[in-house]
Amino acid sequence: MQITNSAVGRKLLMAITGQLMVLFVIVHMLGNSSIFLGANGINAYAKHLHDLPPLVWAFRFSMLAFILVHAWFGIQVSVENSAATPKKYSVQKHLRATLSSKSMIWTGVIIALFVIYHLLHFTVHAIPGVVTGVDAIGRFDVYTMVVNAFQSGLVPVIYIAAMIAVFLHLSHGVGSFFQTLGWNNANTLPKISNTSRGFSFVLLLGYIAIPVVILAGILK
Amino acid sequence: MSDHKTMTLTLIVWRQKGPNDPGKFETYTAKGITEHHSFLEMLDVVNEDLIKEGKDPIAFDHDCREGICGMCSQVVNGVPHGGQERTTVCQLHMRTFKDGDTIYIEPWRARAFPVTRDLIVDRSGLDNIIQAGGYTSCHTGGVADGNALLIPKEIADYAMDAAECIGCGACVASCPNSSAMLFTGAKVAQLAALPQGKAEAAVRVCAMTDALKESGFGNCSNHYECEAACPKGISVKFIARLNREYQKALLK
Repeated sequence: MQITNSAVGRKLLMAITGQLMVLFVIVHMLGNSSIFLGANGINAYAKHLHDLPPLVWAFRFSMLAFILVHAWFGIQVSVENSAATPKKYSVQKHLRATLSSKSMIWTGVIIALFVIYHLLHFTVHAIPGVVTGVDAIGRFDVYTMVVNAFQSGLVPVIYIAAMIAVFLHLSHGVGSFFQTLGWNNANTLPKISNTSRGFSFVLLLGYIAIPVVILAGILK
Repeated sequence: MSDHKTMTLTLIVWRQKGPNDPGKFETYTAKGITEHHSFLEMLDVVNEDLIKEGKDPIAFDHDCREGICGMCSQVVNGVPHGGQERTTVCQLHMRTFKDGDTIYIEPWRARAFPVTRDLIVDRSGLDNIIQAGGYTSCHTGGVADGNALLIPKEIADYAMDAAECIGCGACVASCPNSSAMLFTGAKVAQLAALPQGKAEAAVRVCAMTDALKESGFGNCSNHYECEAACPKGISVKFIARLNREYQKALLK
């Protein structure tokens, strides 16, 4: 059977594309954190990135490919898995499965919808109310755009909720990568699972720090 | 037995006349149960009463009643084999319950395990997986010398841990995806670890995981419910081994 049909092959493809996206999630959090250096920090960071168009576009196309592969197989195996379990138990007690492991498809869907919203918001600037301008030295003013968006209303709530979905998805996903690649043993498996949860929690804190600090009025 | 306190329990049991019957829960009272009864003996007591009343006894699979054959297969209060660590339901004793308890008893539920009757399911899906590659091919001939093929103790132990699987299907029953990956992983890992099995390792892992899919089992998504439910304590490290064997097969 082809890798794209195999029970294990598809799992491998999902694990690898998932993990490549996790690398992006780490870099993106670090990049975003330049907002704490003020307008000069994040505006300069954004300008550096956009001064490299071939790299930006190569990166965007790769990310799109990873998302499509990951989502395609994710939906496919979820449909198969629920078809393999046509009748549920009337009483069921899970011993090891977690909210995070059981909700992968749903947190995945939420993240996909959020990515679309996020791109429309801060990349395409198509969401009404987004402030697009330039700063004193003519750079695109990312700082004002972000601070303005997160000061009140529903936007910070959407971002924080989406980051909770990312946290749940990665809590299971990162540890799963090591099991799927077979990079573990009975001894390291529980340690990897706990590290995966801790790592995802750190990412959650890193990401929600921005809207929280803006809502608190610390960044203006 | 008369000096033992007895328990009265309420059983809510899945009853299904045949594969095409929709099935439903029935409630029974189990009287005169002592803490020394095994779970299956408790059902025997209930069945004797049912027979005396002229009713159909509850059909369930069982054979050795020693916890080694893998025939017994009941989900008790939402956990395959009842949730006592490394214990099949035949070795689950009534001392783990108390007087007045209500117990839900259901068959293994998975598309690949259709219900034959009441608590009995057809587990031939697992046989399909074994038939696809859970063996080593050999030419018959003279019996090989016992020490001709030396196997280090650690590897023999590793293979034996994997070979402990009794094929009961609790891994499938507990899996939210109804996957048989622990069952398959245990056999793939056992044979791949041994010199006799190495030769066919790549063909085996592909054939067995394909048979898993074709038999209607779901895909593994690393919930690890199987390891927790397995009455033999088979580790999910064998699924990781299967995943490694699959990657090696891709390179061949």
